[in-house]
Amino acid sequence: MDVHTLTIASIRAGLASRQFTAAEVCEAALRLAEAENSKTNAYLRLCPERAMETARKVDATITAGEDPGPLAGVPVAVKDVITTRGITTTCGSKMLERWVPPYDATAVERLEAAGGLVIGKTNCDEFAMGSSNENSAFGPVRNPVALDRVPGGSSGGSAAVVAQGTATVSLGSDTGGSIRQPGSFCGVVGVTPTYGRVSRYGLVAFASSLDHIGPFARNVGDAATLLETIAGRDPKDSTSAFAPVAGYTEAMKQDARGMRIGLPTEYFKGLANDTGDQLAKGVDLLKSIGCEIVDISLPHTEYAIACYYIICTAEASSNLARYDGVRYTFRSERAQTMAEMYQLTRGEGFGAEVKRRIMLGTHVLSSGYYDAYYLKAQKVRALIARDFAQAFEKVDALVAPVSPFPAFKLGEKIDDPLAMYLSDIYTITGSLAGIPCMSVPCGTTSDSLPVGMQILTRHFDEPGMFRLAAAFERAGGFTV
Amino acid sequence: MPTAAPPLATPEQLAKYEPVIGLEVHVQMGTKTKIFCSCPNEFGSEPNTNVCPVCLGMPGALPVLNRQAVEFAIAASLALNCQVRQASIFARKNYFYPDLPKGYQISQYDRPVSEHGWVEIVVDGQHKRIGVTRVHMEDDAGKNTHDGYRDSDRYSYVDLNRCGSPLIEIVSEPDMRSADEAYEYLTELKLAVQYAGVSNCDMEKGNLRCDANVSVRLKGAEKFGTKAEIKNLNSFRHLKMAVDHEISRQVALIESGGRVMQETRLYNPDLDETFAMRSKEEAHDYRYFPEPDLVPLTISAEWLSRVKAAMPEMPSNRRKRFVDEFGLREYDAAVLTQERALADYYETAAAASGDPKAAANWVMGDLQALLKAENRTLEDSPVSAARLGELAGMVSKGELTGKMAKDVLAKMASTGDDARTIVEREGLKAISDTGALEAIADQIIAANLKQVEQYRGGKTTVLQFFVGQVMKATRGQADPAVAKEIVERKLAG
Repeated sequence: MDVHTLTIASIRAGLASRQFTAAEVCEAALRLAEAENSKTNAYLRLCPERAMETARKVDATITAGEDPGPLAGVPVAVKDVITTRGITTTCGSKMLERWVPPYDATAVERLEAAGGLVIGKTNCDEFAMGSSNENSAFGPVRNPVALDRVPGGSSGGSAAVVAQGTATVSLGSDTGGSIRQPGSFCGVVGVTPTYGRVSRYGLVAFASSLDHIGPFARNVGDAATLLETIAGRDPKDSTSAFAPVAGYTEAMKQDARGMRIGLPTEYFKGLANDTGDQLAKGVDLLKSIGCEIVDISLPHTEYAIACYYIICTAEASSNLARYDGVRYTFRSERAQTMAEMYQLTRGEGFGAEVKRRIMLGTHVLSSGYYDAYYLKAQKVRALIARDFAQAFEKVDALVAPVSPFPAFKLGEKIDDPLAMYLSDIYTITGSLAGIPCMSVPCGTTSDSLPVGMQILTRHFDEPGMFRLAAAFERAGGFTV
Repeated sequence: MPTAAPPLATPEQLAKYEPVIGLEVHVQMGTKTKIFCSCPNEFGSEPNTNVCPVCLGMPGALPVLNRQAVEFAIAASLALNCQVRQASIFARKNYFYPDLPKGYQISQYDRPVSEHGWVEIVVDGQHKRIGVTRVHMEDDAGKNTHDGYRDSDRYSYVDLNRCGSPLIEIVSEPDMRSADEAYEYLTELKLAVQYAGVSNCDMEKGNLRCDANVSVRLKGAEKFGTKAEIKNLNSFRHLKMAVDHEISRQVALIESGGRVMQETRLYNPDLDETFAMRSKEEAHDYRYFPEPDLVPLTISAEWLSRVKAAMPEMPSNRRKRFVDEFGLREYDAAVLTQERALADYYETAAAASGDPKAAANWVMGDLQALLKAENRTLEDSPVSAARLGELAGMVSKGELTGKMAKDVLAKMASTGDDARTIVEREGLKAISDTGALEAIADQIIAANLKQVEQYRGGKTTVLQFFVGQVMKATRGQADPAVAKEIVERKLAG
């Protein structure tokens, strides 16, 4: 058994033929993760006891001749912004360094009930704020494809462990591109489902109206299977959707012939680089498998970044107010008064990017500014969503870049927050609209750095998205 | 910093001004569970035990709106004659305080559950409508304790059991013009909310909390004066005292050339004065924005009408009906409608008696005395409303004398039997035949000549002796008033 190359399907087959047990898969994955982690710093901690316990349950179920579930024996890594009962969940922040949540996120509960093995918690930008994973209080993650480069962010750890092969699949979270961008940087599949498709219960909030949980995998099918398992209405999350979960893996069987694909012209302007070239090859491949390609305009794209950074910081400023020194183990030792408890605890406990966003968000919500910023941003958000709705009257899916450039070097952009924000340009729009979008590998640059192609579809049309992605994968699109 | 007590206005100064008062009232609703989680909505547990990740505001936990809390909010809105919005939304009110674990309160802001209501009050016989601006829902915070612990000199303790308890805030228009009006408004509001079954409104337990906005202006002035908000009014009496004090403070301030500051003031009942807590500049910027963790609350016409159909008659209506239909005095009607259970009891008794006025006297008089003596509440009264009504009816029809009925009531309470059973068992019957009574009176007078002489000699108190003898001879079945009249006539003759 080669842990690096395991897929959900190969694990299922191996378990069925008694080639190996879930416990053996689990041990091998944990061993590999342990050995490899010093290179990338992708795991913040492994949870061997919990993973082995589930593995033994899976094995017992198989021995009893029962169905062990669609994720039986599959090593899954979970981003450290997603709560795990009894296992420290830090959100990449000093503030939560010793916080042990007493409950599981619904997504974790569901994947474990399906036989998935939670082998470890992955590193990420602090409270999921960042595009390079350099904002973690526990050190940056290195991209396993090129160790001097970032894995992308904020779900850099979850992308890296799948690229590295120490986990078969993983869970990340996406607020403005935090799954798709690291997916593209690390050369793996990353999926941001429709807002409300996966329960946010247990996802530590950054920007509630934009936060999504979604899967990483090394192939489209594994991502679809993991999403099928965790998706669906959750009574614990009022914003989770009632719509039934369609068969994603079933939809993948269909070819892409006759699908109308829109290329948003605003996204390809000024993409005269390796990334643009790779995407052009990807688009040609889509044509060759029978897709019809048309140009589409999404006219409000240019306002997306401003809109996004108003809404997400506003929500963040409120969501992160609870880290006040009263609970969650971190309180400044210098604090003498109540005001100091707040000021010093938050000053010492949060990193620079988190504080920057809290201040921005506090400002845009403050009395006298609300209408000019927050309310206006909500209106722009509605216009962006309308752009997409109008586009989907003409096409079945949109294809776009994920990032204007491939993985950059550690330290390259960290001192220029604005440049970092601008790199989210292609992913933010889909997040604001709440539509499903994913990154699929689309070859590499001349420096052998992975490039991702983004696929976006209508609300709840994950089946259409997976159908196109799978057809692209089958046609060799990952290696164009 | 202790400052000298502020000067108060003279009656002449006060007479020049008109006070303007609005109230903000928080009501803790009596739902089974908290507003956003399934923790029981009850109190008295060990600190920080009646909690869960949701009401603790733990990272990743999410609120889910309690349906019963919405229905209670609708019921309270209807009781206050408010228009319920078809769509309302929750908003976050952001501020830091150790008893607020999320760092924000989930409340409602620009689209509350209901608006545009009113409460009718009567002050000095004048009816007046006080506008209710809005009713909105929100979650309660925990409680900080600053003393009573070994290390209270260094630490404060936080108990989060109350977090997430469902509240409604009821905001009035600035329609009140005196502390008396404010008092009556709060009284009527409380009654309406209690009737609606939303809360027991126990102010001592903090189920009903009140803040007052007070300003004054020269009589005839159009513009409102600058208002001060007074907090910590934890009883009806304190509300009245604090508002009166604040009016006087503001008038004295203006009369001495000063200016009222917009600020929040705390009422200190021990000193009977208010003192500044924070000024407008120090006021919180709550940074309200729509709560992204909750979907908009939609109240369909059908849902609204279901809640409406289940609403009891409101006290003001009931009071009017008691006067119009039963011929009660206004005062009695008010007493009988002070609690919904009492009004319900009375209506049942009135129907069973066939004499609503008499039933009112029995409910307010003998029944209350009985309950008091046995230290019971109406809910566990030993005599049901129907049985008390029957007893009252028997007196009204002359089957029993009032005195006999009082004894029967005591026996009803002790035995659990109804009046008729007791009357039959004991062979009780009012003697309404005056002929029989006259004969008895003659006998008694003849047998007590000494007393007759005393009476005729001017010692009229002896009359009671004769009446007592008649009652004794008839084993209480005579009407004492009739007996007295007969004896008096005979002794005079």
